[in-house]
Amino acid sequence: MPRVGLFIPCYVDQLYPQVAMATLELLERYGCEVDFPAAQTCCGQPMANTGCVTEAKPLAEKFLAIFKDYDYVVCPSGSCTAMVTHHYEELLHGQPGFEELRKKTFELCEFLVDVLKVGKVEGRFPYKVGLHNSCHGLRELRLGSSSEMMVERFNKAGQLLSGLEGIELVPLKRPDECCGFGGTFAVAEEAVSCMMGLDRIHDHEQAGADVMTAGDMSCLMHMYGLITRQKKPLQVMHVAEILAGRQPAKEIATTQPAAVVSR
Amino acid sequence: MSDTLTVHHEHPENASEFVANDSRAHWHDQSLWFVRSKRDKAASTLPEWEELRARASAIKQHAMSRLGDYLEEFERNAQKRGVTVHWARTPAEHNQIILDILEKHSAKKVVKSKSMLTEECHLNPFLERNGVEVVDTDLGEWIVQLLHQPPSHIVMPAIHIKREEIGELFHKHIGTDAGATDPPYLVNAARGELRRKFLNADVGITGVNFAIAETGGFVVCTNEGNADLGVSLPKVHIACMGIEKIIPRAADLGVFLRLLARSATGQPITTYSSHFHGPVEGGEMHIILVDNGRSDILGSPDFRRSLNCIRCGACMNTCPVYRRSGGHSYETTVPGPIGSILAPSRDAKTHKSLPFACSLCGSCSDVCPVKIDLHTQLLTWRKEIFIRGLLPWKKRIGMKFGRILFANTWMFTTAGRIGRWLVPKLPRFMVYNSLNPWGKQRELPPMPKQSFRQLYQQRKPK
Repeated sequence: MPRVGLFIPCYVDQLYPQVAMATLELLERYGCEVDFPAAQTCCGQPMANTGCVTEAKPLAEKFLAIFKDYDYVVCPSGSCTAMVTHHYEELLHGQPGFEELRKKTFELCEFLVDVLKVGKVEGRFPYKVGLHNSCHGLRELRLGSSSEMMVERFNKAGQLLSGLEGIELVPLKRPDECCGFGGTFAVAEEAVSCMMGLDRIHDHEQAGADVMTAGDMSCLMHMYGLITRQKKPLQVMHVAEILAGRQPAKEIATTQPAAVVSR
Repeated sequence: MSDTLTVHHEHPENASEFVANDSRAHWHDQSLWFVRSKRDKAASTLPEWEELRARASAIKQHAMSRLGDYLEEFERNAQKRGVTVHWARTPAEHNQIILDILEKHSAKKVVKSKSMLTEECHLNPFLERNGVEVVDTDLGEWIVQLLHQPPSHIVMPAIHIKREEIGELFHKHIGTDAGATDPPYLVNAARGELRRKFLNADVGITGVNFAIAETGGFVVCTNEGNADLGVSLPKVHIACMGIEKIIPRAADLGVFLRLLARSATGQPITTYSSHFHGPVEGGEMHIILVDNGRSDILGSPDFRRSLNCIRCGACMNTCPVYRRSGGHSYETTVPGPIGSILAPSRDAKTHKSLPFACSLCGSCSDVCPVKIDLHTQLLTWRKEIFIRGLLPWKKRIGMKFGRILFANTWMFTTAGRIGRWLVPKLPRFMVYNSLNPWGKQRELPPMPKQSFRQLYQQRKPK
């Protein structure tokens, strides 16, 4: 039984406990022995993305000390996973255990598909779902093919979701445009960030989605904020919640026609 | 935003102004997304697309690794063809070389096809100050020239201007019918006007898309044929190029020509790919090789690959921030992702907000035909800005505070507990006010009673 260190993004721990719980349950369902090391806080991505490498370094070192002894480290966020696998290199280069940590750290869907070889996920989710492809998962971890690249099309989250009974993944006009969260970008470039978020939401609405899902709660936190302010009916759920069998918080009439929306 | 502009604004300020006009910002976004979609279609017709990108990247990296040798080889071969080759370290040297050539020929009228390098060197205002009439003959460039604006895009300089505004502009300047917005009518009027300029020009100036070391020849790509006409009628042709435009062999050209137009506009190839190999009979040809900071970039391993750029503009068309903030919001000659890397290389202090005008989505890196790691370089620039002490104090203090908080697990969980308890109890005006940019258009997430670590502790015994 693989021993998995559960890496929960700081804001998910504090604000979205249900997403972390769904991740834990999923990993257990597929036979992992999961441990949540309580010393963990933040991987240091906000500091690193602002350029403050000297502030990020102690957090990266702390992360390595906490997680280095697990068989695998699994995280329900493409962005935080990419921090470890793609950006710790310059902070932890040459430190004992880092190379191993980098290789054994996985985003949740990636871990389910590539390591645990999960095929069809059991469960029922009879709703129209729009899959928002969070950027770091898509273009750094390559959890799917990006629309820019001329390669064979694949999508790990989409593959897992489509196994659910009754689910309908709706096609978006722009399949992988950024939602505009971008960490500190969301406040530093507030105007563009919110316009990007609203455009993404509008795309999911025109596709008739009842629920918008993503592998990163940060994108969904940003878009939830916009949706709620504008009192739109669209709901947001993390991929882990849907795969773990959770249902939408608000009732959805399953025969509901595609919402007609205008800007 | 013209050459005379001295007050610089930070990108978020300019961007929020652009976004404030919602319908125009959406029109701009959709116009450029349309070009990105055309690019996708064109790229998808070539099964070897990714192979071509890899090859183009390798050729450029090789050329940059031996840039000095290739430039000298190019110079020798161009000279053999009767071309005069000039070297300019700075925009001032570049402009002076041109003025000297013009004065030698007593030239007062110049037609110029599209060249971002001459924009970078601010050639037009320099020549105008010296009594020379310069006309940009690319339709988009001519439009922005008439408006006294810089281009907002490197391939489509007037992409930010609506058809109605062009109608009005032409009515004022060349007497087209008031209220006319029909594109063929306006284009024909422009054609007639530009034709006169071509016929009367003393000297033609062009840019350079590719200079071939092996042959000493160079290629200029246009869709309007204005480069050809501009250098066919006058007897003197001056071609201006950044030193990174060099490619080693004529055989390499095929790789780049197949990528350039597809990436830029979704066309299989530009309408005209004009090859120049020496002066016309009885004429003169000059090539000016310009550095202007390029060798500094070449000396930096982090940013060297930005010299791969073939100026296709695909990173702009795909950039969700560029599409929604407009080219002028960058206040640089080259805007968008590539511009946000090049501009701080020249002046990091002035352009320090540009590497942050990016959500790090990485679309630019995936679309780039020469595989520049654009979003990684933007991130590296953020680090440079921090190291050089140019990061605004608010961000610096915020990140220091964050590190202190996150370094101590107890402090982090306690702060979380207090926040989750306190925020729902506060009156709305204390949460949603001018100090909270998040809350201007967005609600905060609902605050759960317990964190995951608390739930996990309770669950553990079973």
